[in-house]
Amino acid sequence: MAVTTATRPAISVSGLRKTFGDKVVLDGIDLMVTEGTVFSLLGPNGAGKTTMVRILSTLVPADAGSIRVAGHDLAREPDGVRAAIGVTGQFSAVDNLLTGEENLRLMADLHHLGRTEGRRRIAQLTDRFDLGELARKPASVYSGGMRRRLDLAMTLVGDPRLIFLDEPTTGLDPRSRHTMWQIIRGLVAEGVTVFLTTQYLDEADQLADRIAVLDHGRIVVEGTPDELKRRIPGGHILLRFTDVTALRTAARVLAVAQRDDDALTLQIPSDGDVRSLRTLLDRLDDAHVEVDHLSIHTPDLDDVFFAFTGTPASTAAQNAVTGGDR
Amino acid sequence: MTSLAYTLTDSATMLRRQIRHIQRYPSLTGMLIGLPVILMLLFVYVFGETLGAGLPGGGGDRGAYINYLVPGILLFSVTGAAQGTAISIAMDTTEGIVDRFRTMAISRASLLTGHVLGSLVQTMLCIAVVLAISLAIGFRPTATPIEWLAAAGVLTAIAFALIWLSVALGLVSDSVETASNLPMFLTILPFLGSAFVPTDTMPTGLRWFADHQPFTPVTETLRGLLLGSGIGSSALIALAWCAVISLLSYLWAKHSFHKRAAR
Repeated sequence: MAVTTATRPAISVSGLRKTFGDKVVLDGIDLMVTEGTVFSLLGPNGAGKTTMVRILSTLVPADAGSIRVAGHDLAREPDGVRAAIGVTGQFSAVDNLLTGEENLRLMADLHHLGRTEGRRRIAQLTDRFDLGELARKPASVYSGGMRRRLDLAMTLVGDPRLIFLDEPTTGLDPRSRHTMWQIIRGLVAEGVTVFLTTQYLDEADQLADRIAVLDHGRIVVEGTPDELKRRIPGGHILLRFTDVTALRTAARVLAVAQRDDDALTLQIPSDGDVRSLRTLLDRLDDAHVEVDHLSIHTPDLDDVFFAFTGTPASTAAQNAVTGGDR
Repeated sequence: MTSLAYTLTDSATMLRRQIRHIQRYPSLTGMLIGLPVILMLLFVYVFGETLGAGLPGGGGDRGAYINYLVPGILLFSVTGAAQGTAISIAMDTTEGIVDRFRTMAISRASLLTGHVLGSLVQTMLCIAVVLAISLAIGFRPTATPIEWLAAAGVLTAIAFALIWLSVALGLVSDSVETASNLPMFLTILPFLGSAFVPTDTMPTGLRWFADHQPFTPVTETLRGLLLGSGIGSSALIALAWCAVISLLSYLWAKHSFHKRAAR
């Protein structure tokens, strides 16, 4: 997290409500995002994440509530907000008929950067986002990861101090996902404020300073990743043994209650760090207990939801790639 | 810069974008040119001799029919090009790029202005090609330079009106397919007017419609300017239609654009 001199709010929202027809999408949201930090809105499809981004980025008006973004009142000075923000939506917002370079040029022109400054900025972003080899090819031939990179590069042409990233890695392969994470970390290091929505707990955990869990239009819990994870019981190590004797010995040595005699497994709460894992194995070695199989389970979105709402995240979250929530 | 200056700069940027689109998607322009050309060849070489004989005054031939037909074909080209506008608007709005524009501090009107001006350029390009081919196959206009200029003005006015209408149709379409189908009625309208045959021979009800629909006065004005036939009140009625269609379509498009934003 970049240290800024003052901790002014980049976004402050109170009492935000939004309904579409008779469907309540956002139901009394209060939140505060400090400048220079990453705030992550975590939730399954249909929770209202995209609607939240669309409201905060001036695309859709809120029904009620007072909202200030980048120092401007959202309802009264939308153009002031627009001048300060950058948005990369869930669906790619690149011009398919233009080349990567032309897409960036278009943004530079719309930001009235001027020829020299525009050219400098485009060269810089092309380089930073590794778009060089395809910069002269139309965006329609780009791969998924490449499109997201171009999309984000376009968002950054105007040098926004606050950017909204709506599910920036949904549908990306693991490698592109990591590239995207690195890019986001780089932005944060420069002092940019990031408002990120995601349905992946590990993504929020990796990137965010604060996480708010959104469910059915309400924020069910908010805190730092560590605060949240401490309250989630889902992370554990699962040990399987070859016979009941080994299982019982291990249970005694480790003083664990979560024992399954039929499956011959033990479940030990853990956040998956190496030190505690090593201690655990050392203790079993000392007691001469043979472990047949070990697996580590990190908490996922379902665990979060189970912990804070008592119900698992809606099954829609499993179909992340095809999903589009509003 | 003032806000007017920004509006102009942004509109110019959007126009450049549209010109690029026309360059990158030449098959669309090809289709927009191809259809009126095929129709013209069909009417001239297949039906031309017969239809020429039926023209008022009698005894006309294929050559006389080319002269009668071309003003109508030019108008038909405009309706086709307007269809292209609806398609390109829908291509934009069904993708994320328009949302991106909306979250930027740019002139709101510039996107639509860019589309309209881009389409106007495309339409005039189509008309020029169709006209060149018509001259090659025997169209013999008698217009003076001033009349040519006036004819170009009338074509621009009707193109402007129909393009705004297509912008609105493109904006209310949920898909590119719908956008390509909705303006189809425009391409039928010239047939139900004086573009291909005089309205005198039509049954009463149809004739009444043909005489009073907007395409007929436009056709008659073009014919008068290019070939010296009587224009009468057609020019005034044609321009009035263009103004009314432009204004209503502009308001409809603006409304749809704002409504679309709030979804």
